[in-house]
Amino acid sequence: MQVPSGYGLHPQNYIAPSGHCAQGPGKMTSLPLDSQCGDYYSGLYTVPTQNVVTPNTASQHPGAQQMYGRVLPAPHVVGSTLGSFPGAVSSASHLHTSASVNHYNSPAMDSANSSVASQGFPSTCGHYAVSTVSNAYPRVSYPSLPAGDPYGQQMFTSQSALPVRPMRDHSFSGQNTAVGHPPPLPPPPSQQYHQQQNLSGYSTLSWSASGLPSAQDNLIRNHTGSLATANSNPTNPVADSLSCSVMQNVQPPASSPVVSTMLSGASSTRTPPPASYPAEPVASAPQPSELVQQKGMQYGDYVNNQASSAPTPLSSTSDDEEEEEEDEEAGVDSSSTTSSASPVPNSYDALEGGSYPDMLSSSASSPAPDPAPEPDAVPAPAAAVPQPSKAPKPFGYGYPALQPGYQNAAAPPSSGAPPTGPAYSGFQQCAQQYPGLNQLSTGLGGLSLQSSPQPESLRPVNLTQERNVLPMTPVWAPVPNLNLELRKLNCSPDSFRCTLTNIPQTQALLNKAKLPLGLLLHPFRDLTQLPVITSNTIVRCRSCRTYINPFVSFIDQRRWKCNLCYRVNDVPEEFMYNPLTRSYGEPHKRPEVQNSTVEFIASSDYMLRPPQPAVYLFVLDVSHNAVEAGYLTILCQSLLENLDKLPGDSRTRIGFMTFDSTIHFYNLQEGLSQPQMLIVSDIDDVFLPIPDSLLVNLYESKELIKDLLNALPTMFTNTRETHSALGPALQAAFKLMSPTGGRVSVFQTQLPSLGAGLLQSREDPNQRSSTKVVQHLGPATDFYKKLALDCSGQQTAVDLFLLSSQYSDLASLACMSKYSAGCVYYYPSFHYTHNPSQAEKLQKDLKRYLTRKIGFEAVMRIRCTKGLSMHTFHGNFFVRSTDLLSLANINPDAGFAVQLSIEESLTDTSLVCFQTALLYTSSKGERRIRVHTLCLPVVSSLPDVYAGVDVQAAICLLANMAVDRSVSSSLSDARDALVNAVVDSLSAYGSAVSSLQHSALIAPSSLKLFPLYVLALLKQKAFRTGTSTRLDDRVYAMCQIKCQPLVHLMKMIHPNLYRIDRLTDEGAIHVNDRVVPQPPLQKLSAEKLTREGAFLMDCGSVFYIWVGKSCDNNFIEDVLGYPNFASIPQKMTHLPELNTLSSERARSFITWLRDNRPLSPILHVVKDESPAKTEFFQHLIEDRTEAAFSYYEFLLHVQRQICK
Amino acid sequence: MEVVVFVFSLLDCCALIFLSVYFIITLSDLECDYINARSCCSKLNKWVIPELVGHAIVTVLMLVSLHWFIFLLNLPVATWNIYRYIMVPSGNMGVFDPTEIHNRGQLKSHMKEAMIKLGFHLLCFFMYLYSMILALIND
Repeated sequence: MQVPSGYGLHPQNYIAPSGHCAQGPGKMTSLPLDSQCGDYYSGLYTVPTQNVVTPNTASQHPGAQQMYGRVLPAPHVVGSTLGSFPGAVSSASHLHTSASVNHYNSPAMDSANSSVASQGFPSTCGHYAVSTVSNAYPRVSYPSLPAGDPYGQQMFTSQSALPVRPMRDHSFSGQNTAVGHPPPLPPPPSQQYHQQQNLSGYSTLSWSASGLPSAQDNLIRNHTGSLATANSNPTNPVADSLSCSVMQNVQPPASSPVVSTMLSGASSTRTPPPASYPAEPVASAPQPSELVQQKGMQYGDYVNNQASSAPTPLSSTSDDEEEEEEDEEAGVDSSSTTSSASPVPNSYDALEGGSYPDMLSSSASSPAPDPAPEPDAVPAPAAAVPQPSKAPKPFGYGYPALQPGYQNAAAPPSSGAPPTGPAYSGFQQCAQQYPGLNQLSTGLGGLSLQSSPQPESLRPVNLTQERNVLPMTPVWAPVPNLNLELRKLNCSPDSFRCTLTNIPQTQALLNKAKLPLGLLLHPFRDLTQLPVITSNTIVRCRSCRTYINPFVSFIDQRRWKCNLCYRVNDVPEEFMYNPLTRSYGEPHKRPEVQNSTVEFIASSDYMLRPPQPAVYLFVLDVSHNAVEAGYLTILCQSLLENLDKLPGDSRTRIGFMTFDSTIHFYNLQEGLSQPQMLIVSDIDDVFLPIPDSLLVNLYESKELIKDLLNALPTMFTNTRETHSALGPALQAAFKLMSPTGGRVSVFQTQLPSLGAGLLQSREDPNQRSSTKVVQHLGPATDFYKKLALDCSGQQTAVDLFLLSSQYSDLASLACMSKYSAGCVYYYPSFHYTHNPSQAEKLQKDLKRYLTRKIGFEAVMRIRCTKGLSMHTFHGNFFVRSTDLLSLANINPDAGFAVQLSIEESLTDTSLVCFQTALLYTSSKGERRIRVHTLCLPVVSSLPDVYAGVDVQAAICLLANMAVDRSVSSSLSDARDALVNAVVDSLSAYGSAVSSLQHSALIAPSSLKLFPLYVLALLKQKAFRTGTSTRLDDRVYAMCQIKCQPLVHLMKMIHPNLYRIDRLTDEGAIHVNDRVVPQPPLQKLSAEKLTREGAFLMDCGSVFYIWVGKSCDNNFIEDVLGYPNFASIPQKMTHLPELNTLSSERARSFITWLRDNRPLSPILHVVKDESPAKTEFFQHLIEDRTEAAFSYYEFLLHVQRQICK
Repeated sequence: MEVVVFVFSLLDCCALIFLSVYFIITLSDLECDYINARSCCSKLNKWVIPELVGHAIVTVLMLVSLHWFIFLLNLPVATWNIYRYIMVPSGNMGVFDPTEIHNRGQLKSHMKEAMIKLGFHLLCFFMYLYSMILALIND
């Protein structure tokens, strides 16, 4: 009893603790408990070795291990108690709540007051070692925290309005709230007592564990996505579900109507469950505060899972892993991993304790499970509960679990968030009874509420008759027609999409459908939540090296069958341990098998060399042209501001080079009084003037670096050098970087005119608007390509910033980034004063560029089920062998596409899976593997294929293919191919599926946007003809198509248009305490523009606000801050912060849109009569232009082609 | 004279056969991931010109020595070799480009081409051998 009170006190401290935790590693250890634990488990586990999920620093490790040992026993105890007292549901629930409370408190305890903690414990526990508990907590929580920042991830991110940071904030707030909860705790004590008595010596441990774990979980989650992720995976469906629910709650409004519906459903479902199930820990606790609590619970579960998982794996199977990606790495960090592991265990313990009670309670309260599972987010806890009970005997389980899910289920598919979804409960069963699932899924088709997609997506639409094909709300990815469990386990469409969500059985069927088959990947997306797994043994298929994933089937407890190659593999001993229940034989509950997106901390087997430090080199053009443009000021300013935010650890190195007709190096060696400039004028045979001190440690030489950055902008003001020796400068940069690898950022402002790699102007301005042949889309020389491949071989990526006012042959220059996995930024007509909007854009881009997450020496491998094969890759990388992409750097803004073909018939399987594994070195020097797994059904009939078309993915893949075609063949070929794609697919549909008359242009509902998007592509800068387009602009658009992830690319292809002069709160969503209005989408046609209105166009990287001539003066005054239309300036790039309702609405809407993407777009206010309006009007792709069809004409054109 | 022409052709043809086999082996190594695209392509590109020249010499030799049938047989292959070499885009690193070879089934088509050439050279080999023996007998 006393304990709870003590906890209650602590919560206040909670926030502070993170700092404390970091400090605290030393404390850990009271060992007496450990000894007990050891005895207890000795047979089963070796505690020390484990690895924990968390990325944390090593310092925590030692303590963690100790903790771990201790912790483990506790859960066991709990389990035992549960077993003994199935009836004691209430007690279990109590534990849970208490646990959550404890968690909050726990940090506090860690932070400073071990004494306090100890006191509380002793009172309750009696003789048990209190100290151990306290120790354990701090470590756990801490590790989790650090991890969070870099890796925060969540499926929600893209959809959700909130940027990553906001998310975190939320989580924090959630924690705080959780702290508030303590009151519920008190009840538990009685239960605790029970347990304790039973347990005897162990009981104390259990107690602490239960309370702590949840607390830790909460902390971890909130603080660091990574930890949470790791933990989450393992066993607790509940946790997952909870997390989902939480997430949704936070963001839901933003994402979409669907989400909101889900929430409502969840909430509704929720309320009932608590009543029904006293046993549920979460539910039973404070329902009103459900969300918060849920979070806590979830976290707890996750943590537990992780912890448990971590310990088990320790032992053996490292050997297998090496092969694939390992080429690159030489492993260093084994030690680090172990250390990290140790912290985790602590968390696990805590988690386990929390989760465990839940599990037990759930089991106890048998009735509850069924109803609970359904509501997606909310239900999760409930669902989890039921599962746990069954968990011990997963195999027997199968169907019953599924049913509940179905009943409730309808909502989930909407947001794409599903992976984390609650549905997990069913999951185990699914995995086990794989074959059964298929049947279920088919059976479900009829039953499932939502799954009516088929009828809907196949509903014939007469395109020429339907004037409003564009929906009012943003288009979401279709949900694969899988059964609920698989659907919830599936990878988020934001990370992984397939153009056909129903895979045709044979190539013949695919050919008949005339649709492109391929994958679109965004593997390194910023996530707010990601399970991170530290384990000695990364379980993979022995023959195809697939990572174990949620879609494998367990033949029995000892064997699993690979879902890609169907080989039967042994389950390693460590993997058999189920962290949640602390028992063997439940491999299907581990996080790897519960989450389709996970991240492993890799062992030294995955390294060819020690993980490299973060190394950044800036190569700057300082010729007259560059100085004139004035980018140096902006760059140096941005660098100065973000120097401390550059991703990296204490080893981070940085260097600078400048060049005009000569190359200048800067010696920044620590100890110099000022930076030393070294000039190399021999550009034919470039050498490094001094072997080291050109790349220096960022922290040791910070003052010198700052001096240099302050001096640089003015150093070359009087230069008369107009030549640019870019090639030699790049060669020098390569020499400088080759020992370590890293990132080279090149700033160039003109055509390179000296030395190797010099280029001539190839653009003929008279040909800009030619409708016939567009030449010179390919590189003029192979110099940059060779250089890029050399760089790629040395793990160096080259990022190009081209700021030029004239033709600079981007087609050639871009090669340096294309093949070294860099990125390209282009700022046409850049000038720091004459073109402020470009200057602002550069500033914002740089901020993102410098501070975003980065992965070094990466490789990505994509695997797919036997029978499918990949044949063409799109994106920035080098394909080193058939399916291995070499990425010197990986950044969160990089997208990839892959074309697939069906080599063998897929008749003997009903599901296919795709897995991408991205192995990289984090900026902290950790080797990590991020794995995404996507599962899709196979269909044998043409209508089913059409029903599953993901039109956005198809368009993006087509755009990529068209870029290839333009370069290798010609632009007109590519345009024809695009038109033919529409004609072929619609005519194939017409003749094969639709029985309607052929005179009308009929498309299935799933494809109704296809012609519109293709028309948009044809009017894109990359592919348009007849409109004056500068060659560099065109090439840049092509580069973007190739390397942007789908979400951003779609905005570029088909911008969103909103009317914003009459924003209302109707249908508004709430994000971060702000109300964000959700105006309907307008179609991109001038007919929608009225002179009385104001419209916002969201083109991805730029926003336009078009203000009509007779726009309401109230709007102009309240939002724009000018008295009338005439007084609005021509160049306006900001909305003033006015204290009016409409201004607040408009700004919160725009902020919300901005927060949804990594690059902060520039805002242009365009007056109806200003010359800038052509920029705006060229995006109205449904309208006719002098050189291109209107949408209706295009439809008629397609129809004519079909009839031919 | 005849004999010298055919002995030379025979030797040249042997070299071309070896070259074809080398191409096939290297490409299949790439297919099996034994080597990476970069080294594979640099290896192969080195031999594109020798192959082109070796084949062109035989073709010209046949024209000079007025063996019309053999000349016409060789002409399409020699033309294809030259065409392929000339048509390499300026940005590419040669006939075999490491950044393209895994795309659009290029690897497969290169493989097919190497196989066809191997068959063709084998055919030529026996033809030259027969012609050489015939020439020796006639001497």
